[in-house]
Amino acid sequence: MFAAEHVSLRLGKRLVLSDVTLTLARGELVVILGPNGAGKSTLLKTLTGDLIPDAGRVTFDGEPLSGISPRELACARAVLSQSMSLNFPFTVLEVVRLGLEAARGGTQLLSRALNAVGLSGFEGRLYQELSGGEQQRVQLARILCQAWAGKPDGSAFLLLDEPVSNLDIRHQLQTLEAVRRHVEGGGGALMILHDINLAALYADRLVMMAEGRILREGAARDILDRAAILDVYGVDMPVAIAKESGRPFALLNRPG
Amino acid sequence: MPMEGDRSARAKLALILFALLLVVTSLVSVMTGPVPLTVATVLDAIFAPETAEQRDLAIVWSVRLPRTVLAILVGGALAFSGALMQGLFRNPLADPGLIGVSAGATFAAIAAIVLGEALLGAAAIIYVLPIGAFLGGLIATITLYLIATRRGRTSVATMLLGGIAIAALMMAASGILIFMSNDQQLRELTFWSLGSLGGASWQKIIAVLPFIALGLALAGGFAGGFNALALGEAEARYLGIPVQLLKRIAIVAVALLTGTAVAVSGSIGFIGIVVPHLLRLAIGPDHRYLLPASVLFGAVLLTCADMVSRTIVAPAELPIGIVTALLGAPFFLWILLRNRNLVDL
Repeated sequence: MFAAEHVSLRLGKRLVLSDVTLTLARGELVVILGPNGAGKSTLLKTLTGDLIPDAGRVTFDGEPLSGISPRELACARAVLSQSMSLNFPFTVLEVVRLGLEAARGGTQLLSRALNAVGLSGFEGRLYQELSGGEQQRVQLARILCQAWAGKPDGSAFLLLDEPVSNLDIRHQLQTLEAVRRHVEGGGGALMILHDINLAALYADRLVMMAEGRILREGAARDILDRAAILDVYGVDMPVAIAKESGRPFALLNRPG
Repeated sequence: MPMEGDRSARAKLALILFALLLVVTSLVSVMTGPVPLTVATVLDAIFAPETAEQRDLAIVWSVRLPRTVLAILVGGALAFSGALMQGLFRNPLADPGLIGVSAGATFAAIAAIVLGEALLGAAAIIYVLPIGAFLGGLIATITLYLIATRRGRTSVATMLLGGIAIAALMMAASGILIFMSNDQQLRELTFWSLGSLGGASWQKIIAVLPFIALGLALAGGFAGGFNALALGEAEARYLGIPVQLLKRIAIVAVALLTGTAVAVSGSIGFIGIVVPHLLRLAIGPDHRYLLPASVLFGAVLLTCADMVSRTIVAPAELPIGIVTALLGAPFFLWILLRNRNLVDL
């Protein structure tokens, strides 16, 4: 289990996180929502160990992050960053195979991961020549591979910063289904998303952030309403419950 | 049956071919010169010296073999350090010769000649030179890395421009030392500006061999880590790579290899950028194969360039740095044009 306890963090003079407490358990899919600059990515980066909080602490299974070796951590969790550049002509297969750096795994993991993101048959293509959305799916396949090889029992964590930002609707759903399957297999996942409806549809728990604080936290049905969205985003959106999924959804209206 | 997109089988085959090519090239190199020798003569002189003629023995053992071995060492070291630096900066345009590392090593080497002779005596120079050049290359590499990297992101534009500034500064400093030097030293120094394998001797080979071996061994063991580093420093960390250690090792190895090469042969440009680039086209960018293949192919290429430099204006010699620049500079421009859309400047 990941736990951030009373975490505060300054970047320069700005207080980016102020007294944030968040846990992420196995078997749980948590989605962070919030406007630009709310501190979502910063919170994720304290969980990955990239940023060290000025106050509070971050632990993994009860142990402080700093006490865990990079390799051990790489087996326990995989991270998808927001943007990535690759200047060498690697093939899709070679990029996905980098997920096997920390823990070895068979080549069947590579095919399984590519299949999960709908890129079977892309193995020999050059990564640099793919579209932005395809590149994002290749990276997702890479971290799925890392998670599966790191914990063959499926108990690894996925930390994903806007994993569907470049994807069309079909592949957004495909990606979230893959993450959902991972969670149902005993893993944990934390995601930053911008699409409220997608978040409500897939999350076990929503975390709504603004200005470095968590404003609301809980199941979508319990916390996602018109007031919450107005609070967090400053946008007025009517919220209803979808008949098919039983989950809330929000509709966009022109402001004013 | 290898998976689609997996180029490791092809890369292994290429390594074997390059090794064979290196054997053939070396043999031809020893055969070539003012007195042409046959394959049989060369092999006799090397493997059955008791049956060989005195004259052939002298040509092979005191002139051409040390020169060929030095070409192999320097070519391998230059190409390897190029590939390594490109891995460190995550960009195919990084090259120790282009961005001031060689210039830093050259300055330190000149300082060792001009000042070291006065302080330590002429005999010590051969051993002081590689160490001085290593330190010069190390300081230049570290400076450049600190200038070009902010928060784990390396700016290629800053790297290239910073490299130009470092190179200019080092050349100016070298100029001051050259201005101070005497006639004898001046003759030795001209050799640095153009690059030459003319001074090859077994003594020189023994002086540089430990440095080159150390540089290759240090970085070679981390080859897989450079693949992960290509995704970015944060991503490499997420994959479990000890990134800080990897970067430090790369910097030290680049400085060791470039510095040593400069100390024995002056500045020979473009090997470090041409060789890894061609290899990436042939076998892909996987550093586990790219690094050893660079050593082999760099050795082949520099041995060939040395043959050209010895024969094209015989009995005079064209400095080898001119040969590699004549071939390498247009090639570099071609790389730039080809990568306009792919490399993020």
